[in-house]
Amino acid sequence: MSEGTRLENANPVIFQRSGERVQTASEEDEDVHDPIDDREIFDILFKCFTLHLIRSINDPEHPLSLEELNVVEQVRVKVNDAENTVGVEFTPTIPHCSMATLIGLSIKVKLLRSLPDRFKIDVCITPGTHASEEAVNKQLADKERVAAALENASLLEVVNQCLSTRSI
Amino acid sequence: MAAESTLALSLVEEFVSGLQDSKAKDAAKGVKDGKFTVLQLVEALGSSLTSSQPHTRARGVHLLSEVLQECYGELTEREVEVLIAFYENRLKDHYVVTPPVLKGLKALTKCTNLPPGSAVSMLRSVFQDIHVQSLMLSERACVYSMLINIMETREAELKGLGADFVFGFVQSMDGERDPRNLLLAFQIAKNLIHGGYDLGKFTEELFEVTSCYFPIDFSPPPNDPHGITREELVQALRAVLTGTPKFAEFLLPLLIEKLDSDVQNAKLDSLQTLAACVSQYEHKHVAEFLQGLWTSVRREVFQTSSEKIESAGLAALTALTSCLSRSVLSSDSEDSLSTFLDFILNDCKHHLCEPDLKLVWPSAKLLQAACSASTRASHIITVAVMPSLLEQYNNRTQCSHRRTLLEVVQRFIHSVKNCQSSDSDESVFLAFREALCSIVFSALSESNSSLQITATSVLTSLAQQAGLLVESDIELALDHLTRLLLTEEDDRVSLAVVECAGALAQLHPALVVTKLIPKLKKEMFTEPMNQDQEEVSELHSHHAVRQWCLSALAAVSIQPSVVQESTPVLLEVLRSAHTGSVNFSVDEVVLTCRSLQRIAEQVQDSEEAGRCFHDVFIPHLLSLALQAALQGEGSSGTRSPLVEEVVLSAMVPVISTSCSRLQPTLAGQTASRAVSLFLDGDVSFLPDNSFPSHMQLLKKQEGDSWSLSRLVCLLMGSVCSLPRSVEVPQIDKLLSALEEMSCTCSHPLSYTSAAKCFAGLVNKKPQGDSLDSLIQRTMKRVCSELDSPSSSVRTQAFTLMIWVAKALLLRYHPLFTTLTDKLFSLLDDADLGPMAADGFSLLMSDSTDVLNRACHADVRIMYRQRFFSENSAKLVQGFNAAPQEKKPNYLKALSNIVNKLPKQVQVTELPALLSLLLEALSCPDQDIHLSTLSCLEPVLVNPPQVLIQQLEALINRLLALISSPAMSVRIASLSCISTLSHFPVHEVLPFRARVLRALAKPLDDKKRLVRREAVQARGEWFLLGSPGGR
Repeated sequence: MSEGTRLENANPVIFQRSGERVQTASEEDEDVHDPIDDREIFDILFKCFTLHLIRSINDPEHPLSLEELNVVEQVRVKVNDAENTVGVEFTPTIPHCSMATLIGLSIKVKLLRSLPDRFKIDVCITPGTHASEEAVNKQLADKERVAAALENASLLEVVNQCLSTRSI
Repeated sequence: MAAESTLALSLVEEFVSGLQDSKAKDAAKGVKDGKFTVLQLVEALGSSLTSSQPHTRARGVHLLSEVLQECYGELTEREVEVLIAFYENRLKDHYVVTPPVLKGLKALTKCTNLPPGSAVSMLRSVFQDIHVQSLMLSERACVYSMLINIMETREAELKGLGADFVFGFVQSMDGERDPRNLLLAFQIAKNLIHGGYDLGKFTEELFEVTSCYFPIDFSPPPNDPHGITREELVQALRAVLTGTPKFAEFLLPLLIEKLDSDVQNAKLDSLQTLAACVSQYEHKHVAEFLQGLWTSVRREVFQTSSEKIESAGLAALTALTSCLSRSVLSSDSEDSLSTFLDFILNDCKHHLCEPDLKLVWPSAKLLQAACSASTRASHIITVAVMPSLLEQYNNRTQCSHRRTLLEVVQRFIHSVKNCQSSDSDESVFLAFREALCSIVFSALSESNSSLQITATSVLTSLAQQAGLLVESDIELALDHLTRLLLTEEDDRVSLAVVECAGALAQLHPALVVTKLIPKLKKEMFTEPMNQDQEEVSELHSHHAVRQWCLSALAAVSIQPSVVQESTPVLLEVLRSAHTGSVNFSVDEVVLTCRSLQRIAEQVQDSEEAGRCFHDVFIPHLLSLALQAALQGEGSSGTRSPLVEEVVLSAMVPVISTSCSRLQPTLAGQTASRAVSLFLDGDVSFLPDNSFPSHMQLLKKQEGDSWSLSRLVCLLMGSVCSLPRSVEVPQIDKLLSALEEMSCTCSHPLSYTSAAKCFAGLVNKKPQGDSLDSLIQRTMKRVCSELDSPSSSVRTQAFTLMIWVAKALLLRYHPLFTTLTDKLFSLLDDADLGPMAADGFSLLMSDSTDVLNRACHADVRIMYRQRFFSENSAKLVQGFNAAPQEKKPNYLKALSNIVNKLPKQVQVTELPALLSLLLEALSCPDQDIHLSTLSCLEPVLVNPPQVLIQQLEALINRLLALISSPAMSVRIASLSCISTLSHFPVHEVLPFRARVLRALAKPLDDKKRLVRREAVQARGEWFLLGSPGGR
């Protein structure tokens, strides 16, 4: 593949990062129960890790997080704490992004590791933003396939690299 | 004589044939002690020096050289001459003889009485007969040291040798590979260049032979005993390469070439070398390389790969520009500065106008770097750039674009500020003053908050340009700032406005006094409208406005002239709050006190300010507090907010800060006034004097009323923060009154303040018998109260004791040990045990109001470490001896002490205490958990071996704490667990499954902050031992 070294999207549009979540008084109060909300899931996903993968296919000098690339926006994260469901829609940077499955898988794994197991986690591509949207969604929704993918050492390695907070 | 020569002979025999190296020392000692002369030694050596065996000859020379190394100082000129001739001759001998010969020559170069010409002849023969690079490492070092020695003492002779010397050196260092020798060689080369030696036609050779090491790529082997670092070599080489403009024609192309390298260090080194070398150069040296250098630097900044390289590139550009600006122009040469700036402008200017503003920042940074180099450069660049920037700003409509442009403008102003040296120059922005002011003011009137914030910082920068803004501009600016302050709802904007107002007040105090302060005052004293209606938001915003007015008043009060106007306003606020003529909430009154405190902290030291504190500030505050207290006595009708304890506590730092900054004479007066007020009820110096006479503020009040007795905290504020040189009048009477009060009063603030005040005075009291007897007397009283379990004032006595203990600990007083013993014994006390354990935290931490350096207290360095090392053993002993139910007290005390130690000490001391701390983690008290966890956390970053051995116990305890009822404990233990994942993998991997299982539960914790920590920790542990993880 001669295009292996060429960048798919060499000059991505960069979006401003939203600020840190403001800590409220009720969060510091021992007795108040804070429900898990959209913003919290969003923070889990995109504040604490930078996709090194994205970094490596992009300009290595500009470490960009998924948020800065607008792959995930807070409005596309839906949580229902009472009904135990989490839904995340992500937007690949370009319609032919070959990394879409991998990004989806990383998001899914991160959520599996970070949320109580009572939640049903649903990760899919924002409708109409990717060429092979349906196929990717199907793969991500299939428990067996996700599990099988994580058995694959080299795939797991890439996913772990994405989720590693340590800088290179 | 015979005996002497036989001694020499026997030593020679044993050294040469017996191969006993120690005899060289004996021989040297013999010469030094005068047992025999060098000449006699040479005679004794005769046969070995003329032996037919080269090894024997070498051995003989070796002995002589060893002796010379010790005694070169005692040789006569004649002896030196002979010896040099001998050694020069030996250079031609067999190669095994060479090493000792060089050693001998090196020793001789250190002689102060080298005969003239001998140094030159020595060097000639070395260069002629020896091929330095085929010698061993230590011999090469020998040759370099010889050169260094001679260059130090015989500079003139060497210069006479001309370029031959340079050539000889170049030959001898050509191909050197050892870093130790390279450091020496670079030093010689540097001396050659800086010493003004004639490089002649060997300039290029000298450059070649040194520049071949550029850029230095050296990583010292682990455990390198010589401790040579890459940085040392880089600096040494840079000093050589940048030392002379003669190298320019060779160095600059080399730098351009190396900037192309992919190695980051090479780029960085090249840029730094460029910045260093151009400081020596003139424009004619750099002229022909300008295009190339600019292209390289531009590339590095545009395609920046790291901030380091970017800033090095910008620094190089600044240096280059200032080199060009420095040079004197002749009439026919072209102006190289303007040529160079043309390059920059051509490449950068258009980026400032691109519609998407993508390369705005790198271009702006380059332009600003050039701009900051010299006044001339800043003129040329601003004239070229500013009009288009301003036009851009006016044409753009998007706020984010406008903000970017405004930030660029601000950086320009800032960069120009750096290079304007003399005040005679008028600002380069003078031509743009009106345009700049108009965009700043229009930005301030926008509704976008980040635009407003940027505009305030532009305004600050503009104001700092000497002679740029005229009075009307400042007035207009102040109007804008006031408007924002009174109407803005975004806190970030208000904060920026307050800062900007502070900066303006620094430069234009008079205008601030006339324009800003009256408006703020008016605003603060207007009652909120429709107060009776339920418009909570209105009320709230009015509160916010007052709050910002107060902090603006504090921010502008830096110059004494402003302080004289602003403090009366704040005191007026307090007074009307007290009388109730204007309604101020308790919060607002506390904020007023904070503002006063900030003013006291930041006002410039001057007689004027001191007078203001002494005459106005302190008497007014005391008078108001007293009025409020007397009113509190009556306690009927509406209560003044000044009666509240928070307000009183906020007044203390105001008084103590202002007292601590008084000049000695004023401080003395203040002290005597305060003392006579509290001891004798002397109210004559207070304004609004309508107080009852003969008040007894320190005596027990009727019915144990505390509204007057607690005023003692104000006494503490004034007398405990005076400079140590000021003597407090009637101190003995004062001390006994305070002691009485602290042991009898039942109101916590009163007895604590009295104890603190007592301690503050004890800390400053001069060493001597009177101090000792005072302490002993107090101790006796305290102990008798503490020892009787039925006493009602045990808490009071304990408070006094702990504060006195702190006062003594800080000044290393010897009687401190008796107090610590008492404190330790109290850990077993049924009632006071937990309090005693908390007392250790008080001993170890800095107190905010008394006994700190700001209050001029006697604080010795490292008192914490001292306390720890003296008492940790006692504590461990006490712990082991204590009954089970008292053990928590000891653990709490220990973790309180360890918690306050500096981090470095903690890390070294903790291993010994580890088992105790682990014990502390399993005892039931949450406070102990928290303070122990905070001790453990820094240690976990670099775990000592002991900790790894106890890993099992540690992990068990930490996992148990995850379900602690206190949220802060849960958070701290989770963050410790997260740190544990960075331990050596083979140690923690066995625990992975267990930790992951245990961490599943806090993921569903009811508190978000706990969940966040749990997510972080669990993520780290998942990566452990997994492919791609760690």
